[in-house]
Amino acid sequence: MALSKEEVQHIALLARVGMTEDDLELFREQLSNILEQFQVLDGVDTSDVPPTSHTVDLTSVFREDKAAPSLSKEDVLANAPREDEGFFRVKPVLG
Amino acid sequence: MATSRPLHELTLHDARDLLQTRQISSVELTRAVLERVDAVDERVKAYVTVSGEAALKQAGDADRAIGAGASGPLTGVPMMLKDNMCTRGLRTTCSSRMLEQFVPPYDAHVTERLRSAGAVLLGKGNMDEFAMGSSTENSAFFPTHNPWDLERVPGGSSGGPGAAVAAGEAVYALGSDTGGSIRQPASLCGVVGLKPTYGLVSRYGLVAFGSSLDQIGPLTKDVTDSALVLNAIAGHDPKDSTSARYAPPDYTKALASGIKGLRIGVPKEYLVEGIQEEVVEVMERALSKLEELGAQVDREVSLPHTRYALAVYYIIAPSEASANLARYDGVKYGYSAQDADDMWDAMEKTRQYGFGPEVKRRIMLGTYALSAGYYDAYYLKAQKVRTLIRRDFEKAFEKYDVLVAPTSPTVPFKLGDKMSDPVQMYLSDICTIPVNIAGIPSISVPAGFSFGLPIGMQIMGRPFGEEAIFRTAYAYEQATGWHNLRAPL
Repeated sequence: MALSKEEVQHIALLARVGMTEDDLELFREQLSNILEQFQVLDGVDTSDVPPTSHTVDLTSVFREDKAAPSLSKEDVLANAPREDEGFFRVKPVLG
Repeated sequence: MATSRPLHELTLHDARDLLQTRQISSVELTRAVLERVDAVDERVKAYVTVSGEAALKQAGDADRAIGAGASGPLTGVPMMLKDNMCTRGLRTTCSSRMLEQFVPPYDAHVTERLRSAGAVLLGKGNMDEFAMGSSTENSAFFPTHNPWDLERVPGGSSGGPGAAVAAGEAVYALGSDTGGSIRQPASLCGVVGLKPTYGLVSRYGLVAFGSSLDQIGPLTKDVTDSALVLNAIAGHDPKDSTSARYAPPDYTKALASGIKGLRIGVPKEYLVEGIQEEVVEVMERALSKLEELGAQVDREVSLPHTRYALAVYYIIAPSEASANLARYDGVKYGYSAQDADDMWDAMEKTRQYGFGPEVKRRIMLGTYALSAGYYDAYYLKAQKVRTLIRRDFEKAFEKYDVLVAPTSPTVPFKLGDKMSDPVQMYLSDICTIPVNIAGIPSISVPAGFSFGLPIGMQIMGRPFGEEAIFRTAYAYEQATGWHNLRAPL
């Protein structure tokens, strides 16, 4: 299963990871090799097998909707790369 | 002082005995271990952050608690946390540039549990970036070295914790295990590593990697210590919605009951191609020992879907990782690229420079496996085969109390040996991955050496069958004594 450079570029866009030309080529090769290993699964008959998403037999977990103190604003913003009057500041979203 | 060993070599239970009888103080013990860190960590590189001053303050508090008679088995004993468990006020990096400056505003559930048990936190352990790797060479800061041979890897991703415990730089440590990240470094460093049943230990405050696979557990110098630490961290936590509603027993009570008549199965699929001969020999001797101790060992057990486990894991774990790591956008915390024109550009640059190559590889792989048109072929297919792997174990546990296999197919390999080929590196986890896929518990114990390099054996149990694996591990440990050897640093 060989990926094309365009496919790698598309995945990088979906994942929002910037890439150089060299990165694209390296990942194209490495991801293609890894995907090849996955072909072993094609031979497994799973027609009547339900999927396992996780191994604890839990469905939705509910709790009472009760108000309780959360982190202070100072704590929440303490790690913010850019902060402005109690808000997270981001780069322009619309051009 | 009534010990023939230097203080930094003490086990947790020995330290506990000496502290409770006031033969040593926590400050004295903590100083001794910090001096050990000063003496050897330049060569081992197990720590990302050492918090010596805070540790000594906690040790002083612990001494006062012991003096007042208000103490437990963990009180005053210095330990390390892998650097993916949140510690309020102490940076938690995941060995990534992305979180290099991140100081958590809260404690992980396990951190909180250990703090209230009076544990002394020495600092944070090096790891493969975001726990992705099998050698700790993927740390963005520096690789960790194996205390038994400094030119070799300590395993990963909990290589810092494994190396620290083996080198006497912490009495015990907590690691996390998504595909073997506690057991494989335990095997390579000659210490005991436990991956508990999925859901037994809360993941609240553990930086998420593969949420359906991640589990926290102890790396210790012996099996008794492992049970003591598990006692302190196991149990339901409402802040983790996958935490099991299960009341854990006192695990130390399971230790001394022996293994006469215990039914042990050896899955033959774990002993095929790619396994080093010395690992097979060590396993054979260990099985004979277990028979000598009265267990019934069946060497012909089959878990037929084992050969699919690696592919299943490398679809499911990266898929979950790609979703979990979407949160690193450079806005709320963490590294943030500032030389950008707009929000999307900033995000792409942040993730380009903030993540290392293996993390990017897994994000890309997971994004691909979950993307339109490929979801059924990869992710859904992997989840279905996951069911088949679980069923293999369920069937085997109808006949056997525990299953025994090598932990790692090889002895510790040389630094740099597998870095250029991701597929070769992934094969390091071939013996440990099925356990995470099935959500069952497994412990790795030292089982022998080859030319001075440790080899581990893992004992797998039923879901919430920690007592049976502790019992087996303890009987084997007491009959062999491998755990008494210390790395010659």
